Amino acid sequence: MTGRAPWNAEEANRIIGEHRALDGAALPVLHALQEHFGYVDNAAVVLVAQALNLSRAEIHGVVTFYHDFRGAPIDGPVLKLCRAESCQSMGCEDLVAHLAEAHGIAPDEHAAGAGLKVETVYCLGNCALSPAALLDDEPVGRLDRTRLDAIVRDSARPQ
Amino acid sequence: MSVRVYIPGDSSALSVGADKVAQAVEDGARSRGLDVEIVRNGSRGLFWLEPLVEVATPQGRVAYGPVEADDVEALLDADFLNGGSHAKRLGDVEQMPWLKDQQRLLFARCGLTHPLSIEDYRRHGGLVGLKHALEIGPKAIVEEVIASGLRGRGGAGFPTGVKWRTVAGVEADQKYIVCNADEGDSGTFADRLLMEGDPFTLIEGMTIAAIAVGATKGFVYIRSEYPNAFRTFKAAIGKARMAGLLGPSVLGEGPAFDLEARLGAGAYICGEETSLLESLEGKRGQVRAKPPLPAIQGLFGKPTVINNVLSFGSTPWILANGAKAYSDYGMGRSRGTQPFQLAGNVKRGGLIELAMGVTIRRLVEEFGGGTRTGRPLRAVQVGGPLGAYFPESLLDTPLDYEAMIAKKGMLGHGGLVAFDDSVNLAKQARFAFEFCAKESCGKCTPCRIGSTRGAETVDRIVAGQDRDKNVALLRDLCEVLVDGSLCALGGLTPYPVLSALDHFSEDFSPPPARLAAE
Repeated sequence: MTGRAPWNAEEANRIIGEHRALDGAALPVLHALQEHFGYVDNAAVVLVAQALNLSRAEIHGVVTFYHDFRGAPIDGPVLKLCRAESCQSMGCEDLVAHLAEAHGIAPDEHAAGAGLKVETVYCLGNCALSPAALLDDEPVGRLDRTRLDAIVRDSARPQ
Repeated sequence: MSVRVYIPGDSSALSVGADKVAQAVEDGARSRGLDVEIVRNGSRGLFWLEPLVEVATPQGRVAYGPVEADDVEALLDADFLNGGSHAKRLGDVEQMPWLKDQQRLLFARCGLTHPLSIEDYRRHGGLVGLKHALEIGPKAIVEEVIASGLRGRGGAGFPTGVKWRTVAGVEADQKYIVCNADEGDSGTFADRLLMEGDPFTLIEGMTIAAIAVGATKGFVYIRSEYPNAFRTFKAAIGKARMAGLLGPSVLGEGPAFDLEARLGAGAYICGEETSLLESLEGKRGQVRAKPPLPAIQGLFGKPTVINNVLSFGSTPWILANGAKAYSDYGMGRSRGTQPFQLAGNVKRGGLIELAMGVTIRRLVEEFGGGTRTGRPLRAVQVGGPLGAYFPESLLDTPLDYEAMIAKKGMLGHGGLVAFDDSVNLAKQARFAFEFCAKESCGKCTPCRIGSTRGAETVDRIVAGQDRDKNVALLRDLCEVLVDGSLCALGGLTPYPVLSALDHFSEDFSPPPARLAAE
């Protein structure tokens, strides 16, 4: 589950401290920060760089290289929708079109405000039950329009 | 006495409601005063039947599936806890031809045991290979793995034992075992299934490798798209430490070895071994030039064995049953079994472990039962997003490393994705380039720039602009990608593109209506 805590430098430093001793600590540290705050704040880049004795450029480079790390907070659930070949063969692009037509949601465009955020992923390893998705940490198989509508509807409720 | 009920905790089963079924069984049994013990096992890999519920009866395990939470009341009415008859009763799942016709060595325990019970693991043949490895010592382990003919199951097909021998032969103060569990190829899920369903097999395999080469520390790099596998595997490491399988002395008689599970961060390229090592070191996952080989200078510059989940996972069986028994399976230079993964538009998708050399057709038609949509099958992509699209006329190609290469394809990680006749192969070719552009690490030019130029060229061909000239250009670009890319991402992206162009050229013509209007 992705956290939603407001940014707090002191808290961030505590989290960094918990993981900094690991070999090659950058990814575990960034994951822990995102799990707590829901994203990696710009201010965190400096703190991580200091703690790991690396340059800001290096940490910025790591944060931006990986698709997982978000640069801005989110306030709703995230649906990772698989759009790789197996899910294509079972109509995931039809679901993407349906999201746009029926709900005005485009994948990977994080409009401000509460509601469902949809992110593209390539393969969730549930290819025999395509189309597949991951709603926060909950796997969803054989996704169809009806189920997708229900997920969008449930996301609009106050958290 | 309580009745044991198996309800998979595997991601695929969860994705179709296994948790709700487990809750319904618990509630339903309680309200009827029945005593049940629910075991969250791994999946047997018959995904179209998930959630597949099995009940342990005195006559053996009786399966029901696919079970929905709403079915549970009726199942209880039908006395399913004693194997009672019901429309969804499947009987003994191991007698179903789909499973009975398989040759499960690596996946023998998956779905059968409690994934986190080391006692269950031992009861079903676990740790026999490791104990034998401790007896025979490093040199003999390496010889055994070489003799088995096992080749890297991640896709490259490099002989596993030869890699181990190289690392064993290097003097160093520290060596590492790294497991590549960044199973990013679409249409593949065997690594995930094993880590969720039988994680101790991977731990045992990595421990055998550690003893063989003299490594004391191991890492398992699991992709972040697999949160459930990551949780399960981390828990398994904890159990293995408690049981003394990992720690200061392996099983109390071997050298020290410990493992750490690490989470990827959504970069496909990190499935490439040198990018994965960069990522483990906390850097951007950019490909390294080889040499030096990771076996000489790998993680943190130290000699490193880096293998796929299935390669490590195969070694306990080899050590327990002997190299000869393993190499008796297979064909040509492809020995042993391969866990094939059948996915996409098929009726019965899942994990099919068979000796190397089975044909694509047998998997798709006999096991898969044809397309799920009921429309004619048109193409099968083998080996993930960098694998070739096979037309009907090539479905009798055997799945072995060399036979696939001869047909300008590759076995890859053993995934097969079926498409019905609604697929447009020009679109798929374009997607291959788009995917490459999106996932390129950016280090080499053919992959970084060529992928985008490739997508544009496909667009021009489909639009009918200088068709012949652009087809020639596309083929030329593919040659540059194959020859000039630093790693397999750029180097293999031409496979899906060229196979689409060669076997489905009709899809690359502009729509007739538009041509007529011009």
